[in-house]
Amino acid sequence: MNQNTSQIVTHHPNKNSFRPGWLLRMAWRDSRRSRSRLLLFVSSVIVGIASLVAIYSLGNNLNDAINNQAAALLGADVKITSNQPLTPAIQQLVDSLRHSSNYSEERNFASMVLFKKNNGIHLVQVRALQGSFPYYGALEADPAAAGIAFRTQQRALVDATLMLQYGANIGDSIQVGTVTFAIAGKLLNAPGQTGFSAAIAPIVYLPLQYIQQTGLLQKGSRVSYQYYFHFKQTANIEKWAEAVRPRLEANDCAIETVETQKENTGRTFTDLTRFLSLVGFIALLLGCTGVASAVHVYVKEKVNTIAVLRCLGVKASQAFTIFLIQIIGIGLLGSAIGAALGIVLQQFLPFVLSDFLPVHISTAISWTAVGQGMLLGVLISVLFALLPLLSIRNISPLNAIRVAYEPTQRKNDFSGWWVYVLIVLFVYGFTYVQIQEWKQALQFTIGIGMALLVLTAIARLLMWMVRRFFPSSWNYVVRQALANLYRPNNQTTLLMVAIGLGTAFISILFFVQSILMNRLNLSSGTNQPNIVLFDIQSSQKQGVGNVAATYHLPVNAFVPVVNMRVAALNGIKAAQALTDTSGKLPRGLFRREYRVTYRDSLTASEKIVAGKWVGVANGNGLPYISMEENFAKRNKVHLGDTLTFNVQGVPMPTIVGSLRQVNWGGMQTNFLVLFPKGVLESAPQFWVLLTKVPTQQVSAQFQQAIVQQFPNVSIIDLALVLQILNDLISKIGFVIRFMAGLSISTGIVVFIASVFMSKYQRIRETVLLRTLGASRKQIFAIIALEYFFLGILAAITGILLGLAAGWVLAKYTFETAFHLQLLPIIILVLMVCLLTVGIGLINSCGIVKRSPLEVLRNEV
Amino acid sequence: METILQLQQVGKTYKSGNQTLAVLEHISFSAEAGTTLSIIGPSGSGKTTLLGLCAGLDHPSSGSIVLHQQRLENLDEDQLAAIRNQYVGFIFQNFQLMPTLTALENIMVPLELRGEKQVKKRSLELLDKVGLADRGHHYPAQLSGGEQQRIAIARAFANQPAILFADEPTGNLDAETSEMIVNLLFNLNKESGTTLVLVTHDIELASKTQRIIRLKGGKIESDVVTAMVEH
Repeated sequence: MNQNTSQIVTHHPNKNSFRPGWLLRMAWRDSRRSRSRLLLFVSSVIVGIASLVAIYSLGNNLNDAINNQAAALLGADVKITSNQPLTPAIQQLVDSLRHSSNYSEERNFASMVLFKKNNGIHLVQVRALQGSFPYYGALEADPAAAGIAFRTQQRALVDATLMLQYGANIGDSIQVGTVTFAIAGKLLNAPGQTGFSAAIAPIVYLPLQYIQQTGLLQKGSRVSYQYYFHFKQTANIEKWAEAVRPRLEANDCAIETVETQKENTGRTFTDLTRFLSLVGFIALLLGCTGVASAVHVYVKEKVNTIAVLRCLGVKASQAFTIFLIQIIGIGLLGSAIGAALGIVLQQFLPFVLSDFLPVHISTAISWTAVGQGMLLGVLISVLFALLPLLSIRNISPLNAIRVAYEPTQRKNDFSGWWVYVLIVLFVYGFTYVQIQEWKQALQFTIGIGMALLVLTAIARLLMWMVRRFFPSSWNYVVRQALANLYRPNNQTTLLMVAIGLGTAFISILFFVQSILMNRLNLSSGTNQPNIVLFDIQSSQKQGVGNVAATYHLPVNAFVPVVNMRVAALNGIKAAQALTDTSGKLPRGLFRREYRVTYRDSLTASEKIVAGKWVGVANGNGLPYISMEENFAKRNKVHLGDTLTFNVQGVPMPTIVGSLRQVNWGGMQTNFLVLFPKGVLESAPQFWVLLTKVPTQQVSAQFQQAIVQQFPNVSIIDLALVLQILNDLISKIGFVIRFMAGLSISTGIVVFIASVFMSKYQRIRETVLLRTLGASRKQIFAIIALEYFFLGILAAITGILLGLAAGWVLAKYTFETAFHLQLLPIIILVLMVCLLTVGIGLINSCGIVKRSPLEVLRNEV
Repeated sequence: METILQLQQVGKTYKSGNQTLAVLEHISFSAEAGTTLSIIGPSGSGKTTLLGLCAGLDHPSSGSIVLHQQRLENLDEDQLAAIRNQYVGFIFQNFQLMPTLTALENIMVPLELRGEKQVKKRSLELLDKVGLADRGHHYPAQLSGGEQQRIAIARAFANQPAILFADEPTGNLDAETSEMIVNLLFNLNKESGTTLVLVTHDIELASKTQRIIRLKGGKIESDVVTAMVEH
């Protein structure tokens, strides 16, 4: 039997080729019995994909709508705006354009309007118009002809909802200032108008020629001067606009064209869709942890099949590919279902958001969005499934002959780490593409990573602690439930991550909402003023005060306001800063108009944090002003800087003497810039009065009295504003809740999938327990306790994460105090626990109901 | 006669914590092509480990194994897989059919893997040979234990292996079915001229092979040629 060993050579046989056709066939065959379960894996990503496809579709349709309707949004080819009468240089420019174009002029300001029929009064946005604006789109009116007809006579076009509110009809009279206008028609829609802008300040169009007679335009009044141009030749408008822009900005004017309108509107809504897509992405990531875990269990169950295949000569890479193909296939199917659901969702999103949108958007299917969503779904499913799939390569054929064979890790196998790196890069890359801001993308990625790490670490710690400090003397049922947390094939880590992340997300949303509501409540507190009167001329101050006294109303504040702009900072002039492209000069400082007050003391909401507050200018040298600290920081203004204001044509050099911390919450007048007494007293100014009216009836009588005597004075009824804000917040809240709901439902799907997967592993043990005499009650108790432990710990961890995030958001984003509310937290913990135990028990029902013999015979 | 399998001073150790556990020590034997041999011994004597090493499922810790003229100890996993596919057949105690594949598809796998032609036709022939021509479309769960093992035998012979390893092939079957399976196995083996290596507890079954190697404590205790040469 001896063999001549010299004949034996180390021969490396030809490796069998890869055979993609056979691999595909095997993947298909092997999936037969597991397709419904495979679909359960990807059900976790369906919701995430659906929300992303819906949001991308919305974004694309919105983009198309803005591109198609930008001209109608602006109503003209070019619009020039100024907050003061045009300077001679700009007037000359406007005059020269009038010769080569159709031209319209508008004055835009807030004023009270009085419905004569029933003495109802309301704050409106008056648009006094001359010319045939809009040149694109229309002033949609009822009757349609009224959109044109009101311009030629003493007639007005009044917001339709406002007319309904005051029971006004066409032909009724309204009083604006001192002039009475007949209502020519109902204004249904104006260029650029949204549902909310109309609710906050309804529009009333008047002919411009009557505006002087109203007496509303006085020195210091806040009026916007707008000029619309419609050119016969539009080819070079953008170039021309770029050329004149610096000259206009230097004269405190702004220019808008159809292109800038597109960019600005697009930018606003891109931000919205980016934010929403990040929320969708979180749902997707949460789903992917579910995929990873489900594939992990799936691979474990396939160990035997893989080992047999390996015995038959299948290479490790081939075995890996068979299951990779299954995951790609099921990822594709899941993404397709998600995309289909996304298309359905997308039909509703424009409807939900319609009040915020200035354009009509279609609900057409965006195939780009569908493609993006599906590609993302497949990529991310595969990426997360790779981690458990890689372990297939380590399954030895020995598993076919030895049940308990432990696979060994390949030496120098760093592929798992590469997958982690790929996942991190993918999350970062996706976030970066969404928000185009590398720092925020990094923070988001780190935030998500930290949350996952913390939850994983706590899960591991829990398992270690239960094992280390196992309560051996406790009741058997409790011991068995606790042991389930750490024994082989446990789902502790996955369930902790899924439940914890879901809870964290819900609690963050809750905390943000309560922060916002808290701020609103602060504003509407019982001792807070609820009526603001503004545009009070200095000569009317006494009279307005007297009317308030007649109604026994308190004067919470009566402050002067002077409008001004910054002309220079430390010698750098506005024109220079506004044309600077280096980004070093604070352009924002020069761009805005400042409403400034003067007084000799600070209010309760102010605190000096740097420098010294000088209440009265002593007349020697430049006056010392105080600036709000965050605003100064943002605009690179420091103590001791020389700031020259342009007070309606008069230069006013000052020194920044102090920086103040201002509490912007609460209902009071707050200012970025505060002057001392003794400087601005003779400047053109108006006054603002804050008071509190006890009832709606007194409010109406007081407002009528003011409007009758002082028609130029505008009144803001804060109760009305609060109601509108509440509406706004509840609508925004609905959108946020809707998106959060997607994440939460993903969490629930992941959870159900995880519990369902673990059910397969539990059947045998449960049946053995039953064979050994355990009652159904005991088995239910074990399962319920196990899920209770998991649920409570995950919920507490999630809430702690949510609290940390809420505190950071309160402190740094909303700049307000963070108040801990215990009751909602306790309710949330209990609800999460109940849900966890409930789903756990429902899923386990099947196990308990099956007969032990049936299970043992089938060798599950 | 050509030597199909040759082991020289083969040892296998496992690490358990700080301790090294020797499962097999100084195993040397060879098997000629077309012969039958069985490895017997008490539980824990290293039978299955030895089978795994001989079949190229694992690497020895020491010594050398030559299977079909090729040294196994230096081959990587993929090369071993190719050898298994080309020269080796397996029969397992618990049948190890893939539950998601039909009986016919289970038999087709080794042939498809080799990229052979007329896979279905040849598999159907094998199915017929094991007497289950009408059960090809059934899944393993729909077959009895004996039927499953017959499918496993058909699969093992599908790629016309040079050597067939059978690990307790009747361990999960009743006496009557066992006899039928053993007859089928030996008949097919004789017909195809394959070398058969059996691992079993069953002395009666072992005595049907031409040679019996008895293991004890990881070493060869005896190596006996039996009288059953007619097989």
